[in-house]
Amino acid sequence: MSLLRIGEVLSVIIGVLWMLVLAVTVAVVMAFATGDSYKPALWGCILLGVMAGSLTLHIKEPRILIPFITVAAAAFQFSPLDVIVVGENVSMFWRAIAGALLGLAASFGLYQILKDVQSGPLTRHRFEDAVVQFLTGVGYIFFTAIVLIPFYVMVMTSLKSQQALLQNPLDFSIDLSQGWQLFRSYFELFGQFNFGRYLLTSLFVSVLTVLITLLFSVPGSYAVARLEFKGSVAFSRGILLIYMVPLIVLALPIYIVFSITGLRNTLTGIVLIYPVTTIPVALYMLQGYFRGLPVEVEEAGLMDGLTRLQVIRKITLPLALPALVSVSLYVFMIAWNEFLLAFMLLDDPSKFTLTRGVSMLNSSEIPRQHLMAGAVIATVPIMVLFLALEKFITRGLTAGSVKG
Amino acid sequence: MPTAVPPTQRGALAKREARLAWGLLFPTIFVVFLVILLPLLAIFWISVKPVGLADLRPVAPIVRESLRGKNEKLRLEYRVRNSSQSKAVSDVSFSDVIPVSVTLGALPDNCFLENQKLRCEFGEIPGGFNERLRIPIASDSDKDALENIVESTEPIVLGVGDSVLTNGEFTLDNFRRIFDSKEFTSVIWATTFYTVVGTVGALLVGLFAALLLNKQFKGQGILRGLYLFPYVSPIIAVAFTWVTLLDPFSGSVNALLLQMGVVETPINFFGQRPLALIMVTVFEIWRYFPLSFLFILARMQSIDSDMYEAANMDGASPFQKFWYLSVPQLLGILSVLFLLRFIWTFNKFDDIFLLTGGNAGTRTLTVNVYEQAFAISNIGAGSAVAVVIFVVLLIFSFIFLRYASREDGL
Repeated sequence: MSLLRIGEVLSVIIGVLWMLVLAVTVAVVMAFATGDSYKPALWGCILLGVMAGSLTLHIKEPRILIPFITVAAAAFQFSPLDVIVVGENVSMFWRAIAGALLGLAASFGLYQILKDVQSGPLTRHRFEDAVVQFLTGVGYIFFTAIVLIPFYVMVMTSLKSQQALLQNPLDFSIDLSQGWQLFRSYFELFGQFNFGRYLLTSLFVSVLTVLITLLFSVPGSYAVARLEFKGSVAFSRGILLIYMVPLIVLALPIYIVFSITGLRNTLTGIVLIYPVTTIPVALYMLQGYFRGLPVEVEEAGLMDGLTRLQVIRKITLPLALPALVSVSLYVFMIAWNEFLLAFMLLDDPSKFTLTRGVSMLNSSEIPRQHLMAGAVIATVPIMVLFLALEKFITRGLTAGSVKG
Repeated sequence: MPTAVPPTQRGALAKREARLAWGLLFPTIFVVFLVILLPLLAIFWISVKPVGLADLRPVAPIVRESLRGKNEKLRLEYRVRNSSQSKAVSDVSFSDVIPVSVTLGALPDNCFLENQKLRCEFGEIPGGFNERLRIPIASDSDKDALENIVESTEPIVLGVGDSVLTNGEFTLDNFRRIFDSKEFTSVIWATTFYTVVGTVGALLVGLFAALLLNKQFKGQGILRGLYLFPYVSPIIAVAFTWVTLLDPFSGSVNALLLQMGVVETPINFFGQRPLALIMVTVFEIWRYFPLSFLFILARMQSIDSDMYEAANMDGASPFQKFWYLSVPQLLGILSVLFLLRFIWTFNKFDDIFLLTGGNAGTRTLTVNVYEQAFAISNIGAGSAVAVVIFVVLLIFSFIFLRYASREDGL
């Protein structure tokens, strides 16, 4: 432990580990971007890491340090100890670029990590700071990679052709010369597979679900949060309990009842059943918000002669508008993403919601790029909504989304 | 002079408020009762009944009407049959309106005519019953026109079929079947592993992500939004993407691993034990870490910064600050999150269903409900599994409510 706390040792160890992490990252990024073979080389990376670590310890000037390591890494690529082994069909240019990219990213990060590390024994504070910085760097790379890679693959696969996918599953480079042909999977989905209709159905069902949910949950949650009556505590406990009943348990009797009454395979049935899955969530979220509103404002309204219902309409609801937006968005998200009920209750392709439509594409007869295009179509609207109204959605999530 | 005493009963105002409260709550209670409590009761009911998927179609008599024969020998034919091959239907009868222009000949014994309305009674018909009833008729119209006239009125059929859903037949076979099967231990193991590892994993990964973003820097907002992607996007999209990504033949991950020389042959991530179970758990962690991340981050940002300043003055190191200051502050939210996520992971169905369909040792209790009810077409056994889930859940919820009332983290 004490040996680790010596500046020279620490910077070399961190230098090597950091170089290895980045070599893997760069190799994966290059492979995913070009489809060619790139792979990190252990010994080259260790040597470069040792070198970069010790240099960073002594040279605290980034304008010298970064270019130097970048050039050194590129030079390594043409020595017997290359840092990233490339496939045979990769040109010299890209070979150098891979090295330079690694050098640039590694030295930039190393400079940040080892900024306060000097040679000789380190204080505990400095030592831990460097370790934390290192872990932070690794964390950013790790999380960004695990989140981005699936979405990148989803979008890129949808733009490829079946042969290209089978030939080299790693090749995600895009041939822009095809023009609009690039989007042929999408054209086919909207043209032959009726996805335009599914999109509309999903929108219709989701919006209606939001409206019905609000209609029930606003009065209900207000009563639980504000009005005094026997059993209000039991009721708010009950909401939480109902919130936890799994859908699959309910889905079975719902399926039976819908089969018998003929509601299965109808959108009416879907619109009837979706709000029920969202009302407990909305109740739970809204009652929390109503509790947080100052009682005094409402009491002032009551004193001035408004009735309770008028108070709700004229004072509480306008004040709760942001919460209503959050809840609406969250409910919309649940309804849009809902899969289980749509899967069980809808069999007729003309009535599919979007998620049900996408699940239909998961068959061995339909090429993968269609499935991925379907996934993109289902994801994009919700992403646009999320990015545009992120503040509301995150608030909605923290307010009530214990639900998965 | 009367002394003032506190009111012993609720006043008119309080009563009115309570009435309003119930008024506002009524629609919700009604709906919740109808669509949540009733199905729950139904689940218990069905779990002790021998119901298969085919029993959902009720047993009923079916009557087809047609015109047969030529010229003078025209006759009306009613074909009466039982939709079930095995179950009897009782009190079967049908009635049909006979147009005025048609005159009926001799009627069979069980039929009679009243004001142009033909009524035939059969009593109880056994399973597989199939009989033709022929009635000669006379009319002025030609055959085609007559056919239209006659068939324009549909016969009204009555009959009480015995439904296994409503009769008094009970059985414990469903429970015996699900508990006895060898699969049951594997189902319990998969459920436990998935729930425990998935919950703890998502919590730890979320904590790590929250630590990363608990500082102000450029792009913090972007990263925060990005890290929420897995949770926000539709399950169907991300699950299929993972399946595509990890496909043993055309998946990019296998191609990458092969190319880098990590493995020699492609790995079938979702198709072999015990890897499939690990992979669905990893997926669960990947998809739900954003949620813990968001909660923990919100809690972290509300921790008083004075404390950290004081710790800095005292020379505390980063790890000491994390361990002695942040962790105790976060313990409340972490335990609440753990309990809630535990319950929700336990309840999870879609993810595993889409990734593996419950194959290769990934069948959890929830997937088993679907498997029993629809794949094996045994609704009763499916309900029995659902009952097991519900009972386990009640225990969890009880624990949760005991703890949650102490924590005001949520």
